[in-house]
Amino acid sequence: MLERIYKAQQLMDAACKTLGRQINIMEVCGTHTVAIFRNGIRTTLPKAIKLLSGPGCPVCVTDQGYIDIVLDLAQRDDCIIATYGDMIRVPGSNGSLETKRSAADVRVMLSSTDALQLAKDNPDKTVVFVAVGFETTAPATAVVIKEAAEEKRENFCILSGHKLVVPAMRALLAEKNDKIDAFLCPGHVSVIIGYGAFNEIVNDFSRPCVVAGFEPMQIIEGLAEICRQLSQGKAELKSIYTAAVTEEGNTTAQQLIAECFEPADGCWRGLGRIKKSTLKLKDKFSRFDALKRFNITETPVEDTTGCRCGEVLCGLIDPPQCALFGSACVPETPVGPCMVSSEGACAAWFKYGRKKQR
Amino acid sequence: MKQNKHDRILLAHGGGGKLSDELIRKYILPRFKNPALEKLPDAATLNLDSNTLAFTTDSYVVKPLFFNGGDIGKLAVCGTINDLAVAGAKPVALSLSLIIEEGLEFSVLERILDSIARAADDNDVAIVTGDTKTVEAGAAEKIFINTAGIGTRIEGVTLGFDKIAPGDKIILSGTIGDHGMTVISQRKDIRFQTQLKSDCAALASLTGELLDKTAGVKFMRDPTRGGLAATLNEISKQTRLTVQISEADIPVNPTVRAAADMLGFDVLNIANEGKFVAVVSPDCADDCLNICRNHPLGKQAALIGQITETTDLPLVEMATKIGGKRIVQMPYGRELPRIC
Repeated sequence: MLERIYKAQQLMDAACKTLGRQINIMEVCGTHTVAIFRNGIRTTLPKAIKLLSGPGCPVCVTDQGYIDIVLDLAQRDDCIIATYGDMIRVPGSNGSLETKRSAADVRVMLSSTDALQLAKDNPDKTVVFVAVGFETTAPATAVVIKEAAEEKRENFCILSGHKLVVPAMRALLAEKNDKIDAFLCPGHVSVIIGYGAFNEIVNDFSRPCVVAGFEPMQIIEGLAEICRQLSQGKAELKSIYTAAVTEEGNTTAQQLIAECFEPADGCWRGLGRIKKSTLKLKDKFSRFDALKRFNITETPVEDTTGCRCGEVLCGLIDPPQCALFGSACVPETPVGPCMVSSEGACAAWFKYGRKKQR
Repeated sequence: MKQNKHDRILLAHGGGGKLSDELIRKYILPRFKNPALEKLPDAATLNLDSNTLAFTTDSYVVKPLFFNGGDIGKLAVCGTINDLAVAGAKPVALSLSLIIEEGLEFSVLERILDSIARAADDNDVAIVTGDTKTVEAGAAEKIFINTAGIGTRIEGVTLGFDKIAPGDKIILSGTIGDHGMTVISQRKDIRFQTQLKSDCAALASLTGELLDKTAGVKFMRDPTRGGLAATLNEISKQTRLTVQISEADIPVNPTVRAAADMLGFDVLNIANEGKFVAVVSPDCADDCLNICRNHPLGKQAALIGQITETTDLPLVEMATKIGGKRIVQMPYGRELPRIC
């Protein structure tokens, strides 16, 4: 292993010399962010390579308005909120699910199936599943929506916060940060959508896109491949995660998403409203849409805390550049979502190296 | 003795009357026979062979009550024994307090009491005093247990943060994360199928042997809640020295690693219930390692790092398997499963 690492390091060194400038590479996957920090990968790279943690953590990209709706629903006596673990600590405008937990019925789930089961076990309550995540978790939500429809399970609904990765990457490059030189593309998402999905980024923006897995070796070799392309003035699509990712992806999962959801414009933290970047339930399943069920209208919420998670997610600043980082905003009392999830950029910076890592 | 008509704990079992008496005489006393307890005095009288005592207490609130490799009863005995053991003491006697939720089945209580008795017997520790209380349904999670423990200081042994010096070696007595990942995997809301098994065990026989046979042990601690990361950070904080560890040398059961990765947990932060970290002088590190590895509870013991002078701020620094470096922070309390 060390030999391969050495080889990749040599390649990166050579590329940095050729280019003679800083190379900005963005990862758009929370698991990559954590793996990079947990393995100390930054400390093994040439100084000229700067890694940016983009909008890849489902908790981090979820906007304040959505959290506030969840918190409002949690106040209702007739609702049980079923959520993935990291969501419970994200602060909304007034508290988080964790602080509301003693008064509200909030259950942490590992899967959407558990949420549907919860509805079966509690026929006198409505279970609202906080359906967040990218293309990785959307198929699992689709499965339970279909199941709920078949079983006519009327006390179950979802608040869809599902998001699509590629539209966010486009919006980033087009409107927020054109300094991003290349993307280390997400492994899990690519399993579902296929590496072919990133072709449009390569073609329309001339940025190298390399799909890698989560072993440190994969990440380092992925970064080396990006450096090779940049030093040769190329922008190509490549997957080195051959064990799990194909060009077309998991078509069954894609069909499940297409059957239940349709792309809709939606809000992202830091990125604002992005066209066709979120998943909304199709009309035939709209009775499972919590927004319709409870007659809620989404209203944009202004973040007034001074939190700079949005800029972090766009790769415009590193977490320590936010005035709140490490003082008002720490994992125990997070101000912004990037400090909440273990996969958030701020939490990873705080946990694994606020003193020594670049 | 009259047959108990109830199959579940009632509030009255904690009321100090007939039912309380029945609970104690029928279920508890027969399992913990020893002279100090038999006459149910208000306080136990003990004759000890040293007047330097170690005294500790801990409360146990684990969910689920029974898990692969142990249960709340075994945990309540082993955990308190371990606190005495890593303080350099020989455990002698424990107290046992039960806070029982109304409605707990007697069959469950009996399994827990049997387990407590077995763990105490196996480790030659007597339960010498105790208490039972009952609380209304919903006020507890079936049963909470508190044990306090007394041990006699092993002669000639003084351990403490103040003994630790740059150059000292860090020994870990075996794999990490087994207990925490087992319990998490068997929780009702998470439950997944694994081969995980808690490492729940009493370490006094191993620590006793280590302290008897070598003179270089300076500090010991069992990395329970907060895992190895919390223990190492505590060492760094208290000594103002830097702790350097090597990821490649830390033993981790592959199933534990896989389960932790799946949930997005850092295995360094996961609880252990049958492991200790020892800081030892460099000249006796090999001896200590050999003693551990020849004991059934320390077969996978490893030298995982050393103490060094601090150049900037005291911290725990880990060399990663790929040759990188990262800081190991004090965990902040609660690990949450990640989304995808």
